[in-house]
Amino acid sequence: MRIFDPHIHMTSRTTDDYERMAGAGVRVVVEPAFWLGQPRTSPASFTDYFDSLIGWEPFRAGQFGVRHFATIALNPKEANDPRCRPVLDLLPRYLDKDAVVAVGEIGYDSMTPEEDEAFAAQLALAVAYELPALVHTPHRDKARGCERTLAVVAESGIDAGRVVVDHLNEVTVKLVRDSGCWLGFSIYPDTKMTPQRMVELLREYGTDRMLVNSAADWGRSDPLLTRATGEAMLLAGFSDDDVDKVLWRNPVEFYGQSGRLDLSDLEDPTAVDPQTGNSILRGGS
Amino acid sequence: MTPDSLRAALRGVPDPDWLDTALRRVTAEPTEITRLFPAAGRRCGRGALPDAPGWTADDAARVLLLTALPATTPATPTPSTGTATRPSGGPCCAPCRCCRSAPPGCRCCTTAIRTNDTRLVAAALGPYARHLDPAAWRQAVLKCVFSGVPLAAVADLDARADGELATMLAALAEERHAAGRDLPADATDLLHRLTAALPREA
Repeated sequence: MRIFDPHIHMTSRTTDDYERMAGAGVRVVVEPAFWLGQPRTSPASFTDYFDSLIGWEPFRAGQFGVRHFATIALNPKEANDPRCRPVLDLLPRYLDKDAVVAVGEIGYDSMTPEEDEAFAAQLALAVAYELPALVHTPHRDKARGCERTLAVVAESGIDAGRVVVDHLNEVTVKLVRDSGCWLGFSIYPDTKMTPQRMVELLREYGTDRMLVNSAADWGRSDPLLTRATGEAMLLAGFSDDDVDKVLWRNPVEFYGQSGRLDLSDLEDPTAVDPQTGNSILRGGS
Repeated sequence: MTPDSLRAALRGVPDPDWLDTALRRVTAEPTEITRLFPAAGRRCGRGALPDAPGWTADDAARVLLLTALPATTPATPTPSTGTATRPSGGPCCAPCRCCRSAPPGCRCCTTAIRTNDTRLVAAALGPYARHLDPAAWRQAVLKCVFSGVPLAAVADLDARADGELATMLAALAEERHAAGRDLPADATDLLHRLTAALPREA
């Protein structure tokens, strides 16, 4: 089972995790920039964080044979702090980097006017820098948050096929599916989504545009729940090809739209785009 | 390797027109380099250049972009360690190439030596290492041994290695042996060379 975790915060994890993930089949990870638990108070601490996401963390991952990419953004929660707003001006420097495959996590936390503004500005950056966008949905008031998210996405002019709306559940799945956006599901030990509930959603809605991630971070979470979801799919009668589509080909297609998802040198020769023969997978583009 | 020979070596890259245009833009408008510099690998490729041994297409293109900046440009961009994306081997970015001509105290190089990213440490211990004072140089060599960077990366190794480095290496060897581990072979060889060359105490 080859696994691409499209959303995981490895900065918060240990080398034991990398070792276990590699052993479980995780070959590629995408680490979105997010809130670190402790609120930051100046743009300078974001700069060092972003540098680590495209410098030190890929190096660390490489020690375990895991390829590491990042998404860069000012996260919704900290978009509310005026001291952090100048981070928006720092983003262009990072959005040109090879290792950055999307703008994210953007979206809503408390649905404030400040979040509206940062969300729209960063969707515009995604369009300008020809990158996909990773959109977080709020923990509170999720359904209405999702509706508002989709309205902002539609208004921005970005192609829905270049947006993943993440942390979905039974209540929000259909809304996002009908929008044409990609659907992200964060499999957690017992909150956002579980492997068994995920299998039911895949049965009901199919495997197209579905992305399964562990969203593992500094909270209670488990980087191996992508693998557990693959196993639950097999037990429920899904084929190996279905599992490969959800856990590998779908994230490759989504982030491949950046034109920067260089998977050359990975052991698997199928990482080369079969249509173009190009070692940089470009997904649907 | 001169800019002209690098440019000649880049003639066969996938998109040579992009590079020509990029060089003209950087000369005309230096701030453009912030967008063109990181795009070099995507547009010129990352493969080895047959006509420029030891150089890859992206490194060569980035160095050419830097050389295309007008001489009056106040400061060249300071690429952070964040330009490293390759999980294996080799200098990761043009700044490491610039270690060849970096001035003493170059922030990029001194930061690189402080990191635990072995690619950056190795790159900064090339020609830039001549600017390190003896104490800093010995610490950097020992860091290579400690973190598994082959000592072949260290410029002027035998010329600068001295009795104090031998003492430090011997102490590390003792620690390793106490733990049931060995020094890397290249460090053991260096220690042998140093102890053979040093005058024995009476």
